[in-house]
Amino acid sequence: MPADFISNLYVFVLAAFVGFEVIRRVSPLLHTPLMSLTNALDAIVVVAAIIIAGRHETALSTVLGVVAVAASFSNMVGGFLITDRMLRMFKLSKTKKP
Amino acid sequence: MSPDAAQNLIHLTYLVAVALFILALKWLSSPATARHGVLGGEIGAALAVVATLAGAEVIEYKWVVAALVAGAVVGVPLGLVPMTAVPQRTALSHAFGALAAALVGSAEYYARLPNVSRFGMAEIALEVIIGSLTLTGSMIAAGKLQEILPQRPITFRGQNLVSLSVLGAAVAIAVALVVHPENTQLFPVMVAVALLFGALLVTPIGGADMPTVISLLNSYAGLSAALLGFVLNSKVLVVAGALDGSSGFILSVIMCRAMNRSFTNVMFGAFGQVEATAAAAEEKRPVRSATPEEAAAILASASKVIIVPGYGMAVAQAQHKVRELYDAMTKRGVDVKFGIHPVAGRMPGHMNVLLAEADIPYDKLLDMETVNGEFPETDVALVIGANDVTNPAARLDRSSPIYGMPILDVDKARTAMVIKRSLNPGFAGIDNPLYYLDKTLMLFGDAKAFVAGIVHELGGHGHS
Repeated sequence: MPADFISNLYVFVLAAFVGFEVIRRVSPLLHTPLMSLTNALDAIVVVAAIIIAGRHETALSTVLGVVAVAASFSNMVGGFLITDRMLRMFKLSKTKKP
Repeated sequence: MSPDAAQNLIHLTYLVAVALFILALKWLSSPATARHGVLGGEIGAALAVVATLAGAEVIEYKWVVAALVAGAVVGVPLGLVPMTAVPQRTALSHAFGALAAALVGSAEYYARLPNVSRFGMAEIALEVIIGSLTLTGSMIAAGKLQEILPQRPITFRGQNLVSLSVLGAAVAIAVALVVHPENTQLFPVMVAVALLFGALLVTPIGGADMPTVISLLNSYAGLSAALLGFVLNSKVLVVAGALDGSSGFILSVIMCRAMNRSFTNVMFGAFGQVEATAAAAEEKRPVRSATPEEAAAILASASKVIIVPGYGMAVAQAQHKVRELYDAMTKRGVDVKFGIHPVAGRMPGHMNVLLAEADIPYDKLLDMETVNGEFPETDVALVIGANDVTNPAARLDRSSPIYGMPILDVDKARTAMVIKRSLNPGFAGIDNPLYYLDKTLMLFGDAKAFVAGIVHELGGHGHS
């Protein structure tokens, strides 16, 4: 088993625990924005796709990379945009003016 | 800067991005700080993208830039969809995320040929299988939510056996590839079989179960990104995928509990079958009904009212009328709150977004546990477009298919009012004893029109 695998497994397990603890505290009010935000964060796959598309090896890898960049970057842009639109709508009740 | 130093700088930037991602989720714990979370996430993502573009590995920019532009052109409209369309948009974004992960994994396989290690092959195969099944599964889910595909569960005899055989075939091909990674013709076959399995997994699931399905697909999409991180030895992907995966997992568990389904039941895709039960052989029982005038009079004399909205309210586009009702009652000094069931909507938290969009303050939106403590002191519980989540049979009738499902205890309020088109049973085809109680008033009609009628009555008397 490669050493990289073990160190990645450590990171995965620790990140999953952090994720559980942080996400458990997210108010049920915000579960929809939570899903769209994690979706946008998950779109960080775009960095791997950029390398595949940009390292210019074979036509096949460039095509696969380009489609992957477009798909993940659309998630990133759209995910942040819609999350912010949703969160802007959540307002507290106004305290009555005398 | 030396190439090594530049590479280290990129990795440090990724580390900053990861820290910002975790903070972003932490800030989401309260609506007051949540928007900082989006900003934090944006900064982290932007740093990571810029660092990658500046890195030595990117040689040819033409196609990368074109792809980024294409992604933005697709992404912006998907970020501007109406709030009622957020569930299908979310399903589609799971599909896009899974597509990207599967494509990068595939490209990595072809790039490594002919020297693919067995361990590396196993990682790639697992990653590509999960990415592919999430892609088609999410597309089917998006199609059902958009109502392009039928929302009814589509089932056939021996379905689970067929699905499991297809999954078995994908795994068998993956094993063959691990043994002989140079067998390139097997790779596309494995992808095709995994794509087929994803479609088979979600097709039998009905519209009412979409909150669970969409959460589960969220979890799979995260898992595929994390696995890609293992393939590429990229910690930033491992962390982002683990965060996304655990978020989807937690939401799946919450949705399962809210529908009283076991997690195993969901994992094996057997859900949706409950709906096949009991097409309600109902006898005619007497109900009490009321007009908008009568309903308005009762609401006006109440001191505490809880509104229970369901997806029917959103379908009727009644949320803005409901806000007018909220305003009219609040003006008269009535304490109005909203009780939100976790599955009231087409995805977790959807109902809160729809009500927030209608300008209802979020401190008036209470979750199930909180609001259930308040029903006994409530004068009127007003149910708008919700059915099964208010069905007392879930609490009282052991023979009911929904027995054990947590519900909103509307029947504990002094008076229950239910706006409904007719007495037809809802999604699950289960009769609701709430409607026949002495304390219940049925308000027959379209949700939007009926609420408008009540608002008119309240306004008519109360322009003081």
